[in-house]
Amino acid sequence: MSQPFLQIDGLAKRFPSGKDDTLTVFENVDFDIEKGEFVCIIGHSGCGKSTIMNVLAGLDEPTDGVVTMDGREVSGPSLERGVVFQNYSLLPWLTALKNVTFGVKARHPDWSAERIRQHSYKFLEMVGLTNGAEHRKPSQLSGGMRQRVSIARAFATEPKLLLLDEPFGALDALTRGTIQDELLRIWQDSGQTVFMITHDVDEAILLADRILLMSNGPFAQVAESVVIDIPRPRKRTEMVHHPAYYKIRNHLVDFLSSRSAEIAASPREKDGSRRQPPTVRPGAEDDSPAPDAESARPHLVSLAG
Amino acid sequence: MTRSYDFRALLLSIVLLITLLGAWELATNTQAQGGGGELTEYERLMGAGSQRAGVPPPSEVIGKAWEELSDPFHNTGANDKGIGIQIAYSLMRVLSGYFLAALIALPVGFLIGMSPLMYKALDPFIQVLRPISPLAWMPLALFIIQDSEASSIFVIFICSIWPMLINTAFGVAGVRKDWVNVARTHELGPLKTAFQVILPAAAPTIVTGMRISIGIAWLVIVAAEMLVGGTGIGYYVWNEWNNLDLNSVIFSILMIGVVGMALDAVFARLQRFVTYTE
Ligand SMILES: Nc1ncnc2c1ncn2[C@@H]1O[C@H](COP(=O)(O)OP(=O)(O)O)[C@@H](O)[C@H]1O
Ligand SMILES: [Mg+2]
Repeated sequence: MSQPFLQIDGLAKRFPSGKDDTLTVFENVDFDIEKGEFVCIIGHSGCGKSTIMNVLAGLDEPTDGVVTMDGREVSGPSLERGVVFQNYSLLPWLTALKNVTFGVKARHPDWSAERIRQHSYKFLEMVGLTNGAEHRKPSQLSGGMRQRVSIARAFATEPKLLLLDEPFGALDALTRGTIQDELLRIWQDSGQTVFMITHDVDEAILLADRILLMSNGPFAQVAESVVIDIPRPRKRTEMVHHPAYYKIRNHLVDFLSSRSAEIAASPREKDGSRRQPPTVRPGAEDDSPAPDAESARPHLVSLAG
Repeated sequence: MTRSYDFRALLLSIVLLITLLGAWELATNTQAQGGGGELTEYERLMGAGSQRAGVPPPSEVIGKAWEELSDPFHNTGANDKGIGIQIAYSLMRVLSGYFLAALIALPVGFLIGMSPLMYKALDPFIQVLRPISPLAWMPLALFIIQDSEASSIFVIFICSIWPMLINTAFGVAGVRKDWVNVARTHELGPLKTAFQVILPAAAPTIVTGMRISIGIAWLVIVAAEMLVGGTGIGYYVWNEWNNLDLNSVIFSILMIGVVGMALDAVFARLQRFVTYTE
């Protein structure tokens, strides 16, 4: 059996709190992501989504556990993993164009200035940020435009894995819709793998192949992996008429409104074995859950045990 | 709108200037005349014209300024150098001391800013050394260096190093973690991170420190030159005071102000250049 593209094993993050005490944000987090998959993760704020993403990016170190990408352990940041930060994180002293060339230059130090410029323009065009706007500084751009620059920067370095932390949280609905469509188009054309944090259920259903649900912290876990059985291309307006849509949506809303808290309150079992979150398909034709092939997999690595 | 606002401000400045000069002129003139008519040459030599009568009116100062500025670089003997030459001496000292200070303060400040450990370790030294009046170093400097020229440069060095050092450390330490993370996710090395991310991010704070430093250096050079003598605008003021040439004293005070303003303006420009809005 070939290894999955991205494999997260027994991830835990604890912070010291008070004397001799620790706060466990999450633990026993195991999941896989296949190449080319678009995976969203949903959970209440504070459950540790950003922390998980920073660990995947190599910016933060887990207290326990291993992240493996393409068979290699993640031990620091890499250009193979592009990050779109929640607050865009553009460099404010550079123009939009320079922010993108910054990334391209880092990726291809041997390229000529002209080639770097052309490559950057390609991606600025892709997010619809040309004809003058590219020469403005981030402070002179609207939130939506800044987010486009941030996405262009991440895509222009052509990473194997894209990590997005609530990228559309601060945008108005109209702008969000446009950029979501752009993101989907670029993802489909490039075949990259995307891992995205969101707090918007509809956004997750529109974009994702699979949604990971996180229970509330502390001791948060990835409780379920929900497969989105809605064929692509999905259109915002047509999608809502698909029979699976409301089943999935209700499942997600139910999880967020009650089950996420119930799981957090239930007693925790402590065994070190690797457990993939159960896969559920609320949108499947028959209502019986699909056989869970993933959980049958022998456990691979366990640092906790 | 803003233009008429600026214009009104300018108008007000001019009105204030004229009022001030007028009052000054009036005060000094009535003084001279109220003292009881013309003084004889003898009385004047004996200082009978009272001390305040010696303060010249602005018209005389302007005359003196015209005279000096029409030939600023004349050099006819140790005690008769043009104002331009004296200022050039002072500027040369200020700039060498300042440049040396920047050469040390910027890298060291960077290091301290990057490393909380170094910050803590060097903090006590900085806290003790910083409040020392730069002129207090002068005797020690003269004794060790044995050269008045180098000593005044050293005094400039020591007074301008602190604001630059502290602001650089502060600016570098305060660079937003997000931007450092951008550098990290792009696999930038330490040198590239320093020059492409941390330096531009901290530049406004660093340049503010440099601006404070140049201001202090210009304040201190006048005092230092009064102490060591020889050349420079500080020596010039003191020398003219010894000559009781108050026209020259007032004129050189104004020149000190003008040069200080010009130095500050250069850094204000630099500051505008590196400032960014988030
Ligand atoms: N340095 C820290 N010390 C202690 N607790 C922290 C620290 N950083 C984050 N946390 C805690 O970790 C939890 C997860 O944070 P985060 O990953 O940002 O959550 P999310 O992105 O899901 O909203 C939060 O409850 C937060 O209080
Ligand atoms: Mg977050």
